[in-house]
Amino acid sequence: MLSIRCPVCGPRDEDEFVFGGDASAVRPADPMACDDQAWTAFLYRRDNPAGPHDELWFHRFGCRRWLRVRRDTRSHAIVAPPLLAEDAGAP
Amino acid sequence: MTQPFRLPGGDRIDRSQPLAFTFDGRAYEGYAGDTLASALIANGVHLVSRSFKYHRPRGIVGLGAEESNALLRIGTGDRAEPNMRATTVALTDGLVAQSQNRWPSLRFDLGQAADLLSRLLPAGFYYKTFMGPGDAWMVYEPYIRRAAGLGRPPDGADPDPYDKRHAHADVLIAGGGLAGLAAALAAGRRGERVILADEDITLGGAPFAGGEMVEGLPVADWIAGTAAKLSAMGNVRVLTRTTVVGTYDHGFAVLVESTERAGLRCRLWKVRARRLVLATGAIERPLVFPGNDRPGVMMASAALGYITRYAAAPGRRLAIVTNNDGAYRTAASLHDSGVAIAAVLDIRNDVDPAAQEAARQRAIPIHGGAVITRVDGRQRVTGLRWSAAGGGGRLACDGLCMSGGWIPTIHLHSQTRGTLRYDEAAHAFLPDRPIEGVRSVGACAGTFDAADAVAHGTAAGNDATPAAPLRRAAPAAPISVEQAFQGGGRKSFVDFQNDVTAADIRLAAREGYRSVEHLKRYTTLGMGTDQGKLGGLNGLSLLAAELGCAPSDVGTTTFRPPYTPVPFGALIGRDHGEGLQPSRYTALHDWHAAHGAVFNQAGSWVRPLFYRRDGESDLDAVNREVMAVRRNVGVIDVATLGKLDIQGPDAAELLDRLYTNSWKKLAVGRSRYGIMLREDGMVFDDGVTARLGEQHYLMSTTTGNAEAVVEHIELLLRTAWRGLRVFVTPVTEQWFAAALAGPNARRVLARVADGIDVTDKAMPHMSVRCGRVAGLTARVFRLSFSGELSYEINVPSADGPALWQRLLDAGRVDDLMVYGTESMGVLRIEKGHVVVGREADGRATPDDLGLAKLCATTKDYVGRRSLSLPALIEPGRKQLVGLVVERADDRLPVGAHVVAEGRAGPQESLGFITSQAYSPTLGRPIALALVKAGRDRMGQRLFATSPTASTSVAVMVSEPVFVDPEGKRLHA
Repeated sequence: MLSIRCPVCGPRDEDEFVFGGDASAVRPADPMACDDQAWTAFLYRRDNPAGPHDELWFHRFGCRRWLRVRRDTRSHAIVAPPLLAEDAGAP
Repeated sequence: MTQPFRLPGGDRIDRSQPLAFTFDGRAYEGYAGDTLASALIANGVHLVSRSFKYHRPRGIVGLGAEESNALLRIGTGDRAEPNMRATTVALTDGLVAQSQNRWPSLRFDLGQAADLLSRLLPAGFYYKTFMGPGDAWMVYEPYIRRAAGLGRPPDGADPDPYDKRHAHADVLIAGGGLAGLAAALAAGRRGERVILADEDITLGGAPFAGGEMVEGLPVADWIAGTAAKLSAMGNVRVLTRTTVVGTYDHGFAVLVESTERAGLRCRLWKVRARRLVLATGAIERPLVFPGNDRPGVMMASAALGYITRYAAAPGRRLAIVTNNDGAYRTAASLHDSGVAIAAVLDIRNDVDPAAQEAARQRAIPIHGGAVITRVDGRQRVTGLRWSAAGGGGRLACDGLCMSGGWIPTIHLHSQTRGTLRYDEAAHAFLPDRPIEGVRSVGACAGTFDAADAVAHGTAAGNDATPAAPLRRAAPAAPISVEQAFQGGGRKSFVDFQNDVTAADIRLAAREGYRSVEHLKRYTTLGMGTDQGKLGGLNGLSLLAAELGCAPSDVGTTTFRPPYTPVPFGALIGRDHGEGLQPSRYTALHDWHAAHGAVFNQAGSWVRPLFYRRDGESDLDAVNREVMAVRRNVGVIDVATLGKLDIQGPDAAELLDRLYTNSWKKLAVGRSRYGIMLREDGMVFDDGVTARLGEQHYLMSTTTGNAEAVVEHIELLLRTAWRGLRVFVTPVTEQWFAAALAGPNARRVLARVADGIDVTDKAMPHMSVRCGRVAGLTARVFRLSFSGELSYEINVPSADGPALWQRLLDAGRVDDLMVYGTESMGVLRIEKGHVVVGREADGRATPDDLGLAKLCATTKDYVGRRSLSLPALIEPGRKQLVGLVVERADDRLPVGAHVVAEGRAGPQESLGFITSQAYSPTLGRPIALALVKAGRDRMGQRLFATSPTASTSVAVMVSEPVFVDPEGKRLHA
């Protein structure tokens, strides 16, 4: 079980959080300008890197904030301090 | 009740406390401090089980968790526990133990015919046999299932409580032998929070042959002194009878503590530690020779342990077979305890005479280059035959000890994804590269010398590497292939528990199973409760020999948690029944309970389905409540609906982006129904949102989706829509809500509405007023779920019971009827309102549900882009329709599919029923259904069918609104 250091609540067990998926999947600013392929790529296509992966976690049983966590998928090591999603730079 | 094999002495037993127990119905006696295994041995009982496949007689082979044979059923009735290792069961007074896997009795087991047929039951027997004629497996299966298997479950639900505990530590140490104790002491002295867990009853680790010294003290004295120091440290927690069964990410470990105290069977510890010190020791390695599975053949260290700890002699005259120097010290120690040693048979030809000195001094016969060819005695060893270059012969003995070197217990290291390497000196796998924060010390890391183990542990306790290089394993010979394959290896057992022989390994290798993972699955090597603790390494060594490669090239199978079997009760703890998840109750729960409510768990909420009156059936009660709402007036507790308070200059913009319809023109004091989609275009949630002020909205969500909607909105506000100036606050628990519904709802409300004009003119459908109701601060929403004139009144939660009572009082003259969610469900099905989770099942678009008119085309909203994807507009999608049962007396089967023909047998499903009810308004069952191209089927005769209920009911397809399609009633 991962230990995620929530910037609000401190280190907490993974089972307080829900996984929110790949943080790099950004909603296009103008969806209607996307063709079907570009839109379905946003909906369904995700990279599956062996290595650092930016992902979203929601602290459901804590501060109820979305976090952005960089996790190494090979070792499960969290390789950078997690940030609140809104503090994590350009989405 | 004598104990004929009890010797003088024994560190752990208390002879002043005799304990009675039974095994297979016979009464025996042991002492406090005994394990069940040591008590059986003290009573001369060796035959304790029948093997899995061949039903061969088996005896106790080990001393602790590694035991693969002595799996017994402990206890009776609901408290019976199968597959308990006799070696780890603490003896208690009145304990009842039974053997397993035999019929009719342990001594006379009909299943042993399988042993005579063992030539016909080779590796892969099941696969080979059951790949055969199609039905063969069906014929054999009941017999196979009965003949095989390990134990059977208890007779009923376990009545005992189990517990879970969370703990944090700087250092978790797995194993309380010399290395683990030293690590705990060092870390404890540094002031760190330490948890030391050991599976045994007493700290100290493996039994010692005596003579070893640590820090100038005999080993036993050093152990006792260290244990005393640890118990005096407030920052060190020592857990005995506690096994670290799994190590996971980020220093997380799971421990199982057996307490066997009254009122608590077992406790699961979830420990998060900064550092993990693995001092898990080693398991003695069996030797592979014909008859090595006879009852009375035991690991040498186990024999030593039974004698030194429990004064229980595994025999009066023991033979020892070995491949290493350590056996001679063990032989001397056993001899000194008063057991005769028939001989030490060493498979090696050249042995350092110094190693043998202790045995020679005691005149113990020693035979080098010896190979055991046979072991006599079916239910207990009576002797053995051996051969060597210079002779051989028969040796009379009543016990045989195997000393095959040591298998480091690398399970936990491997579970953390540390790598392994094969060590040519130890002939075993050792930890190679650990992950950060994990250190293996002592025997599990190949450090077998007592003083070195302490040095190793001390360094790890100080979070350091040892200063000096450590001596590695005492030399042992590799496994003797010659000895293993005598007689073809058919009676040379590699894995006792799964009845895998050397012959099976050879056969598997010959048939092309070159990978150890395939070998495992083909032969079952390393499966079962012991997971190859004894046999795994021998199996892969033999496979390597057969393939002509090094064991390192064969590798090991993956080590997965748990290290030892974990009772389901420990994993469940208190999380069952009402403790499974927290239940939520509305402010009125006690009132409901006192007034005949039949409750239902809806998600986490406990809600009344309906209120039963004397003599009523469930359906009577629901029909009464439904008709009261249709003809008069009813009231329902709807406090569970999700409520989100939305405030800010961009609140309307947020709603515009979330909902499919437009919100910018909604006036203050008005409300609107909206549907929300997921980004993939499927309906996600629905509800009414009211505008309370210029920048203030109250959104309602479905009961079950309240949290999910908050997470959905929060994610968008924190990522894609960061620029929006708006706050969203869940307020579900802050407000109680009651809905008045029915033609007379206004009349009832008018009596308590303080200064709120509730006439249709002043407060039309879909409007909201803030003010006071029945003297309480309230918000009144005119909206309708039932299709009738209806008001929802919100008051602060604490005022809920007062509001409820005042509404009931105000409605008494009108026979105001309280109704529950089942009745509400009937009302909304009659009205054709969709429900998220039923009609909107995550695969339905707005158009599928007939809600396309709610989708704006002039703005973007979540999911809009998906609605024009080809798959979402293709013809033939399932669409929402109503179904009316043709014959009023028919009842719709639960979970029915909709088909074209009213006949038995398979046919194409056109769709399925999503909600169904008996409609008292129509006087027959009705349903909402999703049916392929449903809107083109109006008036068609179809059938609702369920293969499990084998009924088929004729239905007519209709519009999904059965009552008041024009909506006159709710605008009344």
